[in-house]
Order: sequence, then C-alpha cells, then structure tokens
Amino acid sequence: MAKNRENKDGDSIESSGLSRRDFLTTAGIGTLGMAAAGRGPAAEARPGAEVVPPAELVRIALRVNGHTYRLLVEPRWSLLYVLREHLGLSGAKAGCERGECGACTVLIDERPRYACMTLAVEAEGTEITTVEGLLDGEELGAVQQAFMEHDGFQCGYCTPGQVMAVEGLLRAHSEPDLDTIRRGLSGNLCRCGAYPNIFRAARRADELKRAQGGGS
Amino acid sequence: MNDGLYYLAGALPATPDPTQEQPPWETTEVVGKALPRIDAYERVSGTAEFPSDVALPGMLYGAIVRCPHAHARVLGVDTRNAEKMPGVWAVACDSTPGADLPWHFAGDEPIARLFDPHCRYAGEAVAAVAAETPYQAWDAVRAIAVDYEVLPFVVDENEALAPGAPEVRDGGNRAGEPQVYERGDLSQGFAEADVVLEEHYHTACVIHTPLESHGCVARWDGNQLTLWESSQGVYAVQSRLARAFDLPLSHVRVIGHYVGGGFGSKLATGKFSPIAALLARKTGRPVRLFLTREETFLCMGNRPANFMRLKAGVKKDGTLTALEFEGLGSGGAYSGSGTGILDWQIRDLYRCPNVRTECHNVYIHAGEQRPMRAPGHPQGSWALEQMLDALAEKIGIDPVELRLQNLTAVSQGRGDIPYTSTGFKECLERGAEEFGWTRAKSRSAGKGPIVRGVGMAGCLWIAGAGGPPSTVIVKYFVDGSVNLNMGASDLGTGTKTVMAMVVAEELGVDLDRIQIEHADTGTTQFATPSGGSKTVPTESPAVRAAAIDCRDQLLAMAAEQLEVPASELTLKAGEVISTKNPEVQIAVGDVEAFQRARIVVGIGYRGPNPEDKAICPFGAQFCEVEVNTRTGEVRVVRFLGAHDSGRVMNRKTFDNQVYGGITMGIGFATTERRVLDRNQTGKMVNDNWHDYKIPTAMDIPAEIVSVPIDPGDIECNTTGAKGVGEPVTIPTAAAIANAVYHATGVRVTETPINPTRLLEGLQAKKQGRS
Repeated sequence: MAKNRENKDGDSIESSGLSRRDFLTTAGIGTLGMAAAGRGPAAEARPGAEVVPPAELVRIALRVNGHTYRLLVEPRWSLLYVLREHLGLSGAKAGCERGECGACTVLIDERPRYACMTLAVEAEGTEITTVEGLLDGEELGAVQQAFMEHDGFQCGYCTPGQVMAVEGLLRAHSEPDLDTIRRGLSGNLCRCGAYPNIFRAARRADELKRAQGGGS
Repeated sequence: MNDGLYYLAGALPATPDPTQEQPPWETTEVVGKALPRIDAYERVSGTAEFPSDVALPGMLYGAIVRCPHAHARVLGVDTRNAEKMPGVWAVACDSTPGADLPWHFAGDEPIARLFDPHCRYAGEAVAAVAAETPYQAWDAVRAIAVDYEVLPFVVDENEALAPGAPEVRDGGNRAGEPQVYERGDLSQGFAEADVVLEEHYHTACVIHTPLESHGCVARWDGNQLTLWESSQGVYAVQSRLARAFDLPLSHVRVIGHYVGGGFGSKLATGKFSPIAALLARKTGRPVRLFLTREETFLCMGNRPANFMRLKAGVKKDGTLTALEFEGLGSGGAYSGSGTGILDWQIRDLYRCPNVRTECHNVYIHAGEQRPMRAPGHPQGSWALEQMLDALAEKIGIDPVELRLQNLTAVSQGRGDIPYTSTGFKECLERGAEEFGWTRAKSRSAGKGPIVRGVGMAGCLWIAGAGGPPSTVIVKYFVDGSVNLNMGASDLGTGTKTVMAMVVAEELGVDLDRIQIEHADTGTTQFATPSGGSKTVPTESPAVRAAAIDCRDQLLAMAAEQLEVPASELTLKAGEVISTKNPEVQIAVGDVEAFQRARIVVGIGYRGPNPEDKAICPFGAQFCEVEVNTRTGEVRVVRFLGAHDSGRVMNRKTFDNQVYGGITMGIGFATTERRVLDRNQTGKMVNDNWHDYKIPTAMDIPAEIVSVPIDPGDIECNTTGAKGVGEPVTIPTAAAIANAVYHATGVRVTETPINPTRLLEGLQAKKQGRS
C-alpha cells in the first residue's frame, strides 16, 4: 500500500513502506493485544488480524542513528518505549502516547513519525534518526543550533520533537515559506507557546543548512 | 494580600535582611540583553534529563487504578489475579498496610485517605501496581477487579446549589460563606451614572496540560527517600512527603532540575508521589510513576469554570461610578476555591469609588482545581474588559480612552496604598500607537463573508511582587568561574539564565563560566515554589546580594594586599582596580588571599518588600481578527502585548513569555473547555488532546509583537523586576472577544468563541434578536 509522495519540486520521496493504512492495521493489532490481556485471549479478533500473545518476545534489529541494535522485544512495545527505556535514548519524549502531541517525533527513513504510534517491530528495516542523532559528537546540528539562537522553546519538553519535525521538513523542502513551516509543525504541540520563535528557528536552520551545502 | 499568602498555608517563612548595599542599577552590561539561555544546549540536544527520563537500575514502572464513576463507594478491591501476573512486583490499595495515609485536608484536619473508598470524581485513585514494564503494569491495572456502589452525582455548579442535589461533602455543597467585598455606596454610584449596563458572562473550565505529564521516580535507601519529580517547588514536595511518611525533612530529597511545563498544575504535591514511594518501599526497588495524558486531564488541576454577572455605571465623560460583581465557581470535590481572586481586577484595576463583589463557591463531583496561570484573572478580565468595551460604545468614546480616563496610582483593593510603579498608562498609549489602533479601529469591518475587527483589553496581576524568603549561595572560584546555588525551579521561563545574568552583571564573569545547581532539597537552599510570577522578583535580588557578597570579600582581600581602603576598589572584567588611581590594580587570580582560599563563598538573602506599597505588573493587549460569517470561524491575525513587568531581565525570554501567554489566551478564548457529561455519567468526555484542543502552529497569528514597558521601579526590589509569566495571559481572551464584536456586532459572553456559538449569535443578530 506504500505510495510515494512528492515534494514541491516534484521529486519522489520514499515513504518507507509505511502508509497510513498499513500503520492503522498494525496499530489495531497493538490495541487488540492490550485489550486481550484484560478480557482473556482471542477477544474480538477481527478477521485477518493476527493476534500475538503479548509476552512473547520477538528478535529484531533496529538501525538507530547509524548503529544497529539487536533486541528482544514484545510485539506490542512502541518504538518510543524501546528507544527510551531499552536504548537509553531519552531525547524523544512521551507526551501523550496516543499520537496527539508529537513530543516523540523521530525520523523514519527521513520522514517525521510519531514513535509512540510506531511499533518497534514495524520499524525494523528502516533508518531511524532521533534528536541525539543530529549531534556531531558534542556539536549541535543546524536545527538544534537555530533553536538555541532563537529561543525556540521554553520548558524544552516538546523541543526534541519540534527539532525533528523541522529536520524532516528541511530534508524535504529547501527555503520553506511560513505556511509550509506551520504545516510541517502542525503535528507538534507546544503548550508554552513558543511557536513564533520555533518558526524563526526553522527559517534560520534552513539558512544554516544551505550555508553548509544543503546536507544535514 | 500578596502571592506568598495566596500560595502558602500558614506563616510565611522569612530570611534575614541582606547586609550588602544594592543601589539601583543605572546602566547594565548584561542584564536586559537578548541572550540565549545558559541551558539551551541541554534542551535542544535531548541531553536535558527531565524527571520522566530518569532511569535507575532495577527500576519498576507504576500505574494507578482509577474510579470510572463520578461518585461511588468502593465495596471491594480484588487484586489476586493481578498479583500473579508476570512482571508484577507489588499491588497496593486502601487495605494495604502503610497505604492508609491521610491525604486531602481541610485546614489541618485530614478529610480523605490516599486510596479513599469514597470516590468523589471520575478519576480518583483506588489502587496501584508496580511492574517490570509499563505494559505489564497496565495489564495488572486491568486485571484488578473493583466492586463499586455507584452513587448519584452532580457536576453542574448551579445544579449543585439546588435543593436535593447529591451531596459532594458532608454538610452540603456550599464551600464556605459567600465572600463579599464592598467599598463606597453602590446605589449612589449607580444613581450618578449616565449609563448603566448589566451582563452575564461565563468562562469554561480549562486544563493546564503541560507537555510533560505529572509524576516522579521514587527510590528508598533505608529510611531515606529520594524523589525525582516534575515539580514547580521541590521543597513543597519534600515537606508533604516527610509528613506523609513521618520522616525527618533531611531524609526526603526531592530533585527537579528540569520541568516539562507546569502553569500552576505542578505547585501542589500529587497522590502519585506517595504512591510511588509506597510501591518503592514495598518492592525494595526504585519506581517510576508518570501519569498518562488522560489522567492528567482528570486529576491534575484546572482553571474552574465561572459564572459571572457584572453591572457597571459610567458618566458621559467616561468616569466609572459603580461596579457590582457576582461570581460562582467550583474547585471540584476537594477544593473550596472556585472563585479565588476572580474579582481582583474589578476591585483594583480601574478607579471606581463604589464597588461590591460577591463570590460563591460550590463543591461538585469533579477533579480539583489548581492555580492556573493567573488564577481567576483571565475569567474576571473576560467580564470586566468586555463590559468596558460595551460602556465605551454606549457613551461614544474610544475603548482605550475610557481606560485612560479611569487610571489610578493606588491599589484600591488594598485600601488605597500606592503602587511602587504603574506603567499601565504607557502600556495603553504605547500599545495603541505601535498597534496602529486608531486607524485600525476606524476601518470598516468589510462586507463579508470575511469581516475584520480589532479589540483590546487591559490588566493587572495581583501578585508578581515576589518577596522573602530566599537564600542563594554564589561560589566564586579562583579562576574567576562561578557556581550558583539556589532552590528555585526553572519551569522553562528562563529563571536559571536570568540569575546567571545577574551574577555576570555584578562579577563581570562570562555567562559560559557560570554553572548552576538548583531545585534540589539535598544540595540547594530553601525556596518557595515557582509560581505567581514571583520567581524572578524573589530570587534575583538574593542572587544579586550573594554576588555582591563575593565581590566585597574579594575586594577586602585585595585591599589588604594593595594597602588601600576596600571602599576605593572596584571589580571590572577580572581586575580589581582603584577608583582613585587606575594604576593601582591587580588581576583577581593574583590576589594572594584568594589564591590560598581557592574560593569565596557569598550568601544572599531576599530582603522584605517596601511597607504599605503594592507591587503589581500591568499590561494591555491589542489584536485583530478575521471572522468568516458563513462558517463562524475566527482567525486571530495579529497580536500586540505591551507589558509593564518592571525591568526586562532578558529580552529573549521576556518576549517568549509574551508569546506564550497570548497563545494560551487564544486557546482559552476560542477552543478550550472541559466537557463533563452532566446528565448520564458525570465523566469528562474530552480527556485528551484530540478532543480538548490547545493552540497549534496553525492557530496563532504570524505576527505577535512584544512591547516592554519599564517604569524604572527602584522601590519594588533591588533588581527592579516584577513578574511577567502570568499577566501576559490575562487580557488575551477579552481582547479577542472585543475584536469579534467589532468585526461582527455579536457580543460573545461565553467561552470558547467557537463556530457554533458565533453562528448562533450572527443568526440572532440577523433576526434582530440581539
């Protein structure tokens, strides 16, 4: 079902085999798995949906920030849970764990995704980038630098997600206008209300990236 | 009445008077600049460790069973199945030994227990578990069978006062006697008026929802408890936990270095802290217990809904003659404060000799209120500032002009004591000028379907003065670097950065040579919680005193070596220099006594506020909106906030507060409301960010302008700063409502101004019903 999307220049962007519909199907399995634990096995299995016992561990390999991690995971574990609690990458935050706030945003094959709504098992075979992956040693990446310069945050809890949303946006679009920036950030809530500075940071990050030669 | 009294129970602690001389700054080198935050690296890189990021070896995960009924009695809790589940280490409920802790209090008297079997709102804690993964913890929560006797409920404030309404608490649903305030002669005031208007207003209950949910990590070492807690005040949590577990204060260490937002909802200690501590003690392992997003909507506080009536009289020349206000609100099932300082701006903002306010509080079967960013004030502003707009129109003068006609230099609500400073006039005038108010106000709304309008509103915030106690320690190292030690939390407002700038100002040290230790009851000094817009005015004078203490000690050491009096020496860019003879100078590191000591330790205290003076921040906001008269949608096009919060300590973080306050106010005005199912279940039906809408990147104007107004206050404290975090969200909603009225002629008196409500108003107007 994976469809390639086009950016504004008409270039095709690989959508990593994760279409919204595929995603909903797998999320449905997760939900059923959790419901099953409370109501007894095989509760309400929909036709075609595979019910996996929640405690059975699955061997997977995840590519995160250029490193390969071999892990045993429960099929219902979210990518966010595995990143934070098993790989020690606590940059991605748990804000709602229901796909509403975007504090857990990471790049999956270059595109911003909610790690809370992605199962670890379905992230296998993809290239995952977290906010820690934008650092070069202790040096900030361009987007992080821009957020620092323009005070693109207050409490900082949504910030890793905002940074990754901007990173994904700029990897797909050079010189985005304000409307494009707003849309790129529309899935990331900031209750402190630092949006005007986040917009400024996005523009500044674009400048920095282009000055560096367009690379990330 | 000050913020200290408002936020703390009992006597306000005090600190000694500072001995250091702190003359007002005439010019500043560092303070006031737009500088990036000193902890920006940690916050943008992902390396900042928030309490919810703390991961300890062997740590378990906690989860709470919550009552699904608005009112119920727990008849039994069956935990047997849960206890046998894989990964489950502990289950606790009311009958668990050690779990029967007193929790809610009326004064000093406990009125409920931690897992009280009498559940008074949907979301009360009934039991808790600790397991090896959060998934296993939630499996166990679902496996716990609770037998409830479901009881009748009431979640509507007005119904709660009706005869025969289900009782929330023994003794009825009225929370105390109505609070009445009176000055002057109301009937004479109305008799003197040329125009009298009366209107009812309603503001919906809204929820703080900081991005980091509420929770902590608890660990025991014998009888010592350590908590990493997402809190606005670590010392408040320390005293609460010490009391709950009967521990010495010294044995409860609470650490809160980073807080993912609070807005008032993290001022009080939640049940999750003692629950996590209980589970950790029972299992002998650390426990992390952070609430789910849904739980935070139910039981981590709210800004209560308010029902208000305001009657106002004005003379043709714009002189206010009388204000009569009545308010009703509910702090939920446990707090009697549903109208706390709701009427303050009516009492205090505009000159008016004849005022009467009356506030009624009721209990309902709903989650407890917690102070939310300027408690009471945006609601009172919604009524007062719309009323002023209507009065101005009625007597045919400009709304800004009407406000300028009723300025006052004294706090009438406090018995006419003078403000140390008020920049309200300049907020109104400069704000109007920079917004282009007169021109924008005279433009026609347009023919539609998209119509435009502008609106404005003024405000003051009751608190924002700060005050004692505060103790700060500055350690000045021999290489000229500094460690700053203070107890206050930094919620994201920039507290740490501002305090470092004060040190840099006094000691001439670069910001990147300052390291801060803060918000840790084990290692830093006592501080009151960060709230009430008081952190900067409370802490910055103490920081200044501590830095000056270091400087004075260093100058005394240098004076001995240079054989000149210390009084003629100054410290500048790492050099001690004589003011009389610039040739007499020495590098800080060459001062022999300093070399031997390796460190100078300065202690600073927060001195008292001036007696018989009121210290308040003021502000005025202006906005332009577009209304689609076919769909009822409101788009906020631009905003300007002119705020007198005294000295601007850091222009970057100051402006960011203005953006944030306006953004939160846009949510309050246009989208946010807690919806309780008042007829069927009494439950909150929109306890998530999908159904409860806060402003996104799509909802805020492209242009938000911050105009700081500094009245040069040298009386309020030794840095001249008043609070900014709260006033910036007070007038926003009323300004939007006034702009919507200007655009459409429809006066929306209930929040939120959503399409349904606005279309109804437009329809009524068309049919001549309004």
